[in-house]
Amino acid sequence: MADTLFHKVWNAHKVRTLPSGQTQLFIGLHLIHEVTSPQAFDMIRQHGWKVAFPERTVATIDHIVPTSSQRRPFLDVMAEEMTVALERNCKEFGIKLYLPDALEQGIVHVIGPQLGLTQPGMTIACGDSHTSTHGAFGAIAMGIGTSQVRDVLASQCLAVEPLKVRRIVVDGQLASGVYAKDVILTIIRTLGVQGGVGYAYEYGGTTLDAMSMDERMTICNMSIEGGARAGYVNPDDTTFAYLKGRKFAPSGAAWDKAVTWWRSMASDKNANYDDVVTLNAPSIEPTVTWGINPGQSVGVGERIPSNADPEALAYMGFDANMPIRGTKIDVAFIGSCTNGRISDIEEAARIVKGHKVAKHVKALMVPGSREVAQEAERRGLHQVFIDAGFEWRGAGCSMCLAMNPDKLEGRQVCASSSNRNFKGRQGSPTGRTLLMSPAMVAAAAITGEVADVREMLEAVPA
Amino acid sequence: MSTILSIAGRGIPVRGNDIDTDRIMPARYLKVVSFEGLEQHVFEDDRKTNRGPHPFGDMRYQDASVLVVNSNFGCGSSREHAPQGLARFGIKAMIGESFSEIFLGNCSVLGVPCFTADHATIDSLQSLIEHAPDTIVDANVETGVISAGPLRFQASMPTAVRDAFVQGKWDPTMMLLDKFDEVRGVAKHLPYVAGF
Repeated sequence: MADTLFHKVWNAHKVRTLPSGQTQLFIGLHLIHEVTSPQAFDMIRQHGWKVAFPERTVATIDHIVPTSSQRRPFLDVMAEEMTVALERNCKEFGIKLYLPDALEQGIVHVIGPQLGLTQPGMTIACGDSHTSTHGAFGAIAMGIGTSQVRDVLASQCLAVEPLKVRRIVVDGQLASGVYAKDVILTIIRTLGVQGGVGYAYEYGGTTLDAMSMDERMTICNMSIEGGARAGYVNPDDTTFAYLKGRKFAPSGAAWDKAVTWWRSMASDKNANYDDVVTLNAPSIEPTVTWGINPGQSVGVGERIPSNADPEALAYMGFDANMPIRGTKIDVAFIGSCTNGRISDIEEAARIVKGHKVAKHVKALMVPGSREVAQEAERRGLHQVFIDAGFEWRGAGCSMCLAMNPDKLEGRQVCASSSNRNFKGRQGSPTGRTLLMSPAMVAAAAITGEVADVREMLEAVPA
Repeated sequence: MSTILSIAGRGIPVRGNDIDTDRIMPARYLKVVSFEGLEQHVFEDDRKTNRGPHPFGDMRYQDASVLVVNSNFGCGSSREHAPQGLARFGIKAMIGESFSEIFLGNCSVLGVPCFTADHATIDSLQSLIEHAPDTIVDANVETGVISAGPLRFQASMPTAVRDAFVQGKWDPTMMLLDKFDEVRGVAKHLPYVAGF
């Protein structure tokens, strides 16, 4: 019978129906980090449990890691304590851990794919809502809380309920200066931040087919901002080409068998969906948020809606009907699990090259992983940013959620390539975030205000 | 494990849609290795900086145990620190228009039932509590019936979650470990576990 990838993966990993009526689901890959795991390990110890499949959990530090100097011990005493706790826990239970002294370290959702740990057909869980990123490979990947991290450590399983599946079809070619970030912001704007509650989003269509894995990850990453706990793209040749040769990807005879299995897990052509939504790619503009949730956005050429939420306007200090273009910024941040990959840096560098960051702007470029940073440095891209007046930092989550020293101050406005514009998100209780693509952040950094990157690209050879 | 059949206590209304977990528990309070003391920081920025009077800073609601919210409550970050902070503040049940998926899962594992009802019903419950904070809100997990003063309505909860509370099986770890042979069986048949 024709079926979706979601159901195929779910059924392959279903252990049984629990007495409570929930599904016991086996988790193929468990990723952990320093923020949401220490209490889980304490609970394991209190009960005298073991970690059931230590080889199926991989750890790194990303949220609290400083990006200016990553030398240990970290200056922030709590950041150091959390790191020491993770080191101790991983050692005690036999879990692989990548600290900043390892080339493998980085944001958990950047390193999983980069190392080839993330593969099609898997179930993946992590104590972080942006786990949906890994769905780009055709995996069912879900964010979980700390008690569920405990459950996965103890049993490699979760007690969960199945989701409905909404297929989101995006067809056509994106205009120059319009990126995956603009597509997902437009999807969320269209369906709303609650639209995905109870659903997994399956992204497809010719636009998605043509996208690189980095772009697909940007899309799946923000599924949760649309309310969908999981989002995925069916695996195809682009997926396999990305994975081939990666550290933990299958090799030799296993590779061919893997590809055959991966292909078989993709949604069948005539599969049934609970809902289908279609979007037209050529009509998507560079998109910028004006409010306090990721659904509150407009095209850069548009005005803030006349019926805009008054609470959001009051917090942001904006007026209804105001053009978003020309809004002065104080900080520019390029990075995060949404847009901290090599292609993001590359595209931002095209805009930045030969320009200077506006005098009143503090600009940060934070690679998503050490490998991304090294690759950029090998290609001299870091120098483009440094010459323009950006700070070139070490890998980590940084100013996406400001658990390290990278924070907004007061009511600063930040043009940010991250995923959330919630009140206080970037470290100042009154700070303001405008979400946009890395190229748009680069354009804002140079002009000192929200600008239309398409105009700057006209001057840049492709 | 204990069954959770009903919760009765004073209510606390927090109005607004899409209230995210960054607002419930600002990220700087996640720099901890335990959940102890998080109740002090619930809605800290909303209480202290952003919006003037907030229910969580209002003495009239200080002993409340039933939180009444609007739609998509707990969206955003998966941080369990948010429901942990609320539970440690004394919240034992939540009634709202809707909850974010991950937040709802976290609350369930902590033994905090989340009920849903339509906007008009929630609004009238919030208004009732605002006018008479001493009203006892009684939430029956088994039947889904909520009573508060003159108000009485039928609320919903996913069946599996309700059954888990009623049967005392809301903390899943023991159940997940119960038939571990079956877990090994599933793992063995997954091509990527077996090495293809």
